[in-house]
Parts: sequence; C-alpha cells; structure tokens
Amino acid sequence: MNGAEFSEMWPLLSQACWDTLYMVGWSTLIAVVGGLPLGILLVLTDRGGLLQNVVANKVIGQLVNITRSMPFIILMVALMGFTRWVTGTTIGREAAIVPLAIGAIPFFARLVETAVREVDGGLVEAVQAMGGNTWTVVRKVLVPEALPSLISSTTTTIVALIGYTAMAGTVGAGGLGDIAVRYGYQRFDTQLMWITVGILAVVISAIQFAGDAAARALHRRAGRSGPGPRLRLPRTKEPEAADVSDVSKAA
Amino acid sequence: MITTSGLTKVYSSRGREITALDGVDLHVREGEVYGVIGQSGAGKSSLIRCINLLERPTSGTVVVDGQDLTALAGRGPRASRELRRARSRIGMVFQHFNLLSSRTVQDNVELPLEILGTSGKERSRKALELLDLVGLADKAKAYPAQLSGGQKQRVGIARALAGDPKVLLSDEATSALDPETTRSILQLLRDLNRQLGLTILLITHEMDVVKSICDSAALMEKGRIVESGTVGELLATPGSALAAALFPVSGDATGEDRTVLDITFRGESATQPVVSQLARTYNIDISILGAAIDTVGGLQIGRMRIELPGRYEDNVVPIGFLRERGLQIDVVGRTADRPALVKEGAK
Repeated sequence: MNGAEFSEMWPLLSQACWDTLYMVGWSTLIAVVGGLPLGILLVLTDRGGLLQNVVANKVIGQLVNITRSMPFIILMVALMGFTRWVTGTTIGREAAIVPLAIGAIPFFARLVETAVREVDGGLVEAVQAMGGNTWTVVRKVLVPEALPSLISSTTTTIVALIGYTAMAGTVGAGGLGDIAVRYGYQRFDTQLMWITVGILAVVISAIQFAGDAAARALHRRAGRSGPGPRLRLPRTKEPEAADVSDVSKAA
Repeated sequence: MITTSGLTKVYSSRGREITALDGVDLHVREGEVYGVIGQSGAGKSSLIRCINLLERPTSGTVVVDGQDLTALAGRGPRASRELRRARSRIGMVFQHFNLLSSRTVQDNVELPLEILGTSGKERSRKALELLDLVGLADKAKAYPAQLSGGQKQRVGIARALAGDPKVLLSDEATSALDPETTRSILQLLRDLNRQLGLTILLITHEMDVVKSICDSAALMEKGRIVESGTVGELLATPGSALAAALFPVSGDATGEDRTVLDITFRGESATQPVVSQLARTYNIDISILGAAIDTVGGLQIGRMRIELPGRYEDNVVPIGFLRERGLQIDVVGRTADRPALVKEGAK
C-alpha cells in the first residue's frame, strides 16, 4: 500500500467507523431500554411468576419470536413505513437505527429473560416477606442480582448489532460493514476490505474484552451465594440455541 | 401472638391435589419460642409460609398480633398494601439466608428499611446498631460471599429485625449450619427472645433445636399437628412421641416376659430412692437399661428405663406403686405405636 492510497482511504474509513459507532450506540441504547422491561416481563408473567398472566406471556413471547425469526434485511424492508414515520426518511444513519433497534430489542429481551431466571427465587421470597411489592422485587433484586449477566448480554447484543450494520449499508447508512461489502465484494478492492475486516475484529474484540471485564468484576465482588433453591422461576424456553444462529445470521 | 385456625393448604398441579396443611390450629403465645418439628413433607414449610401469607392458605385464618392477615390478603394473587405493611412487621430468616450478593452486609440489613421508606441516615444508624447486636459490627462493608455460613445467618437475623418486628419466623434457620454454629445461632435467637421480648416461631427437623431453645413445641405429620404444648406439658404427657424424642432413653428388653418401663423424674421426685424402694418392697430384681439427666426447656429432667421380670399383667402393682410416688411411667411397647422421629439430613 502506498501513502497516496492510504490518504484516500483514511477519510472513508474514519467516517465509516464513526457511522458504525453512531448506529450501534443508539440502537444498543434503545435495545436495552426496550428489551430490559420486555425480558423482565417475560419472566414475571410466566406460569408461577409474580405477575402470572399466561395470555400476556404468550403474546409477548410470540412477538419476540416473530421479530427474531425475520432476517434483518427483510425486517429493514418491512419496517420502512414505520421508519419513515419516526425519522422522516428511509435512507441514512438515522433511518438504519430504527430497524437495528427493533431487531435488537427481542434479541436482548431473550438474553435478559435468561439472566433474570437465574436469580435465586429465595431472594424474591425474602423481599416479599419484608413487605416489598413486585416493583421492589424488580428494582432491588432481579436487576441488581442479574447485573453481571445483563452486562454480558449487552456485550453480545452490541457485537450482534455491529454485524447487522453491515446490512444497513443497503439503505445508505454507511459504516464499516458497508465499506467491506461495497469496496471488497462489489469492486474487488480486497485491500480495503481486509482493512475494514481488521478494524471490525479489533473493535469487536475490544468491546467483548471490556464487557467481560466489567461482568467479571461485578461477579467476583458478589461471589456466589451458593446454589439456593430456585423457587417459582421455572425455565421453559431455551433461547441460547436461537441466539447463536441469530449472530451467525447477522454476520 | 400467632393463632391459626383451620389452616388448610391444597396444592393442585396437573389435576392432582396435594394437601400440605390439613386444618392446622396453632397458638403461639407472646414472648415464647415455639418450635414446629416434623419430617420433610410434613407441611412445616407450608405452615410458616402461610403465617405471613407468602403462600395463600386454601382456607382457615391467620391472626398475628391481633391482626387477621387472611382478611387483609384481598382476592387477587398480589399482596395488598395492608398485607405488605403487616409483613414488614414480621421478621423472617431462611435456611439459605437469602442475602443479596450484590449488596454489602450493611446494605442488606438496610433493605427492609428502604422498603419502609426510612431516611438514609436513620437506615444506616439502625443497620449498624443491629449488626452490633448480632456481633458483626466489623463486617458492615463486607459482601455476603466473604462471610461464613453462621455470619450470613447473623446478617439474615439482623435484616429480619430491621423493621422492629414483634414476631420472628425462622424457616430451618440452622439446617445449613454445622453443630457448633447452630448452637451459637440458637443462643442468639434465645438472647433476642429474652432481650427484645421477641416471639419466635421456628420450624426445624432437628430435635436438638427444640430441646435447646423452645418453650413450646408441636409435632407435625402429614399436614396435621399431632401433638403440641409447652415442653413441660409434653414431657408430662404419657406416651408423648415428642417427649420421647426430646428426651430419649434407649435399651431393649433382655428377653420375653419382661416389662420395660420409662420413669420420668422431674424436680422433687428426682431425689427419691424409688428404685431401691421398689426392689425392697416387692422383692423383685430390677435391671437398669438406660438413664439420662438433661435440661429440656429450662427444666431439669431425669429419665430411666428399667426392666422388671414378668409380663405387664404381673407388674400392675409395682407400676401402681411408682405412679403413687408421683412419677411418670410409660410402659414401653404397650403405648400406641409411636411415630418414629427419624433425623433427616439437611435439605
């Protein structure tokens, strides 16, 4: 690679990096804000849960499943009307954030559900015995006790979203994945493609490392209070297997 | 302080109905330590959870400190505000401690106060005071994972006391602890009972727990209370399975045509030379199979198992002689089949 080429590439790459971070940042934020309550609701409304409501549980569960079974590129097209309504356009970074966030909400919700189910039912009982209501249980027990797992779930979601952004290029949103596809796949500029792939690998590794470190730090502080009895939070679904396929689908 | 009447709990799962509690009438007096003992599956856990309505009883009433909790419950599955208020005045400690691993010891103790809406300053003052009371003042900033089992249970007790309860429910609080730690936790409960006038209802499968701290006890089997009363009353009840289990003497008859008696001495009668009197008066040979003296519920009790020659019918007169001396006599093997209280391991 000579210097002239690099100086041509550089503005392109830095803009792409920024676009990717912008889209991933906003859509992660929205996914967490939307997926956290949804995941908690999935646990609470389940049979034997604190807000047991079989109908609501089925409806939320199905909604999550349907959204998750849709390939991201189809979801993006399907949501165009909604995207226009929200952002006023269907093209560009802002427009890409809408389907990214909506695709990531159910993904994150399932991860939250798994994390929250791991919380010892005895703790829920203890807070109830103190006179706490369901909201207290969520705020003081479920979320803080599941926090290390929730951080890991967020990391997984961010990594999956970086994968999704590659497809956001089809609506002109830019980003690193878009460069790799356009220059590498469509123009046979393999050098630029490998540079983008390299940058993506570094970014993902850094995010994974930071997320793992944060989760581990919290986990170590809390230690494990022993395998207590898991009351009234029975596991019914196996979201993990689906999650793996989701990531590969997105990438 | 705690009265349940006709308390029944039926669980139904997949069309099958399981009766966990079958018309339980329990009466716990103010200021006493009341132990409910039974094997696992006897319904103890359901009982204690029905007291603060963590489990909704199918029928029957629960009155704690003059307040009918079953009436507060409301119809829906969620606890009403009044019920939650009432629960905050009932402390509860658990077998597995149930401390929040993400909070420090002090923050764990403050949790009930946060729920009550106490101000931050008052919360930390109260929490430190309680930690001092349970002997863990130096561990306030530690996390539960850094504590031993006994220390965790002390935190659990401090937390249970945060709402200034009059009643403490203890759900197998010592079952996950080693014998030494069990003793120190029981001692702590006893001290709290005396210092604070705290009424304690505990459930356990360990007879030693009842023996060391309970004023009263009840035996549960298959969802029913089979025997209950103060420890003194139970020991004075001929054929009481609880009394026999609280204060066992062993020894089997050496052959057929022998009568085996358990003699229970209490207070004054312990000093009478009854055995030699019996031997001299009736000119019979008496073998002593086993004997023990112990303190149960603060009472000095002696029990001796002796063997007389001849069948029961031949020994009616000597047995009458012993009963006249004010001793409690149980004829071994003649009383209705005693339910054996087998010790079970910690769950």
